[in-house]
Amino acid sequence: MNEAFRAGTAAAMSPVGTLDRREAVPALVGNPQDWLIVAGLAGTARDTAALCEPEANYFACAGVMGGAVAMGLGLALARPDRKVLVLTGDGELLMNVGSLATVAILNPPNLSIVCVDNGHYGETGYQKSHTSLGVDLGAMASGAGIPAVRSVSEAGEIEEAGRLLREANGTSFVLLRVTPDAGPPAIKRSLDAALAKDRFRAATLPAG
Amino acid sequence: MTDWQEDLYRVLKEFDVSQVSYVPDAGHRVLIDKSLADPEMHSVPLTTEEEGIAMLAGAHLGGARGVAAMQSSGIGNCVNMFSLVKNGLFPMLVLVSMRGDFGEGNPWQMPMGQAVEPVMQAMGFVTVRIDRPEDVEGAVRAACTMVFQSGQAVGVLLTQKLIGAKAF
Repeated sequence: MNEAFRAGTAAAMSPVGTLDRREAVPALVGNPQDWLIVAGLAGTARDTAALCEPEANYFACAGVMGGAVAMGLGLALARPDRKVLVLTGDGELLMNVGSLATVAILNPPNLSIVCVDNGHYGETGYQKSHTSLGVDLGAMASGAGIPAVRSVSEAGEIEEAGRLLREANGTSFVLLRVTPDAGPPAIKRSLDAALAKDRFRAATLPAG
Repeated sequence: MTDWQEDLYRVLKEFDVSQVSYVPDAGHRVLIDKSLADPEMHSVPLTTEEEGIAMLAGAHLGGARGVAAMQSSGIGNCVNMFSLVKNGLFPMLVLVSMRGDFGEGNPWQMPMGQAVEPVMQAMGFVTVRIDRPEDVEGAVRAACTMVFQSGQAVGVLLTQKLIGAKAF
């Protein structure tokens, strides 16, 4: 195990994803305006900003690693009238993998989670994450009790997984295995969380 | 004797709190039981307290109000997540049942118990200590007003003078 880890990306124990996140994430999410979106930090924040801007139906983190799934849960409970999507990465989800258990016991039907799994900590120099070394976050989501789980490694699997995200009767989880060789979209975004919060609420809360 | 836990729950309901998150603790037993029995309340057991801070930030994005209930040790698990509260200016109400406080008999509880107030204050929280049952209703109402009307982050410390010291 340690030898594989030290050997770097060439000796990965898990099959490395091949999908390009810049194509796979938009294809999986579909029309971003159908969702209220919470994004974790780093790659998925960029994926999400590129998907949604100039609209403000998303809140993307640039810190508080591990918080995205729980934020999505609070939002989903507060807005049963809307579909809520969490876009998070493998590194972020690993930091608070227990939040899958918290979500599962409540099982809100309007909450969907996508983990964009490139098997690496892309923001900090592409060190391998645990998912490159045999850890399967999809199996952990199933083990937590999330009822609708898919693992997507090929383009042909995206459409069915996208339907699952939209139509599942309970919380759904899609592990989207992407290549570490293609990064997220390059997009400049504000890192002002108070501004992002106010912008999101102004755009998405019902009037009055 | 004032049933301060009943007072506390009633004030939370007055302020339209609809989400309660917690890692179970004896000091919050009545709050947890009442929230589980309340069809209007989302009662959310967590695996670690920091999930509750993120969850309540999400609740605010959706226009809902909540409270995070935890033992003093849980504050230590939340510190980086408090960055979201401070940077994002999220309203945040945290109820802390204290250990490592007045009369504590378990030395493992002392370090974090004594660090609760300085840590919360360093992360931008106003802290309110409650020592007496008859003060709970007024103090929780004051905290809710600061949080839900003034948009502040407030930690309410239910001290061991109030809830009793665990002497083991």
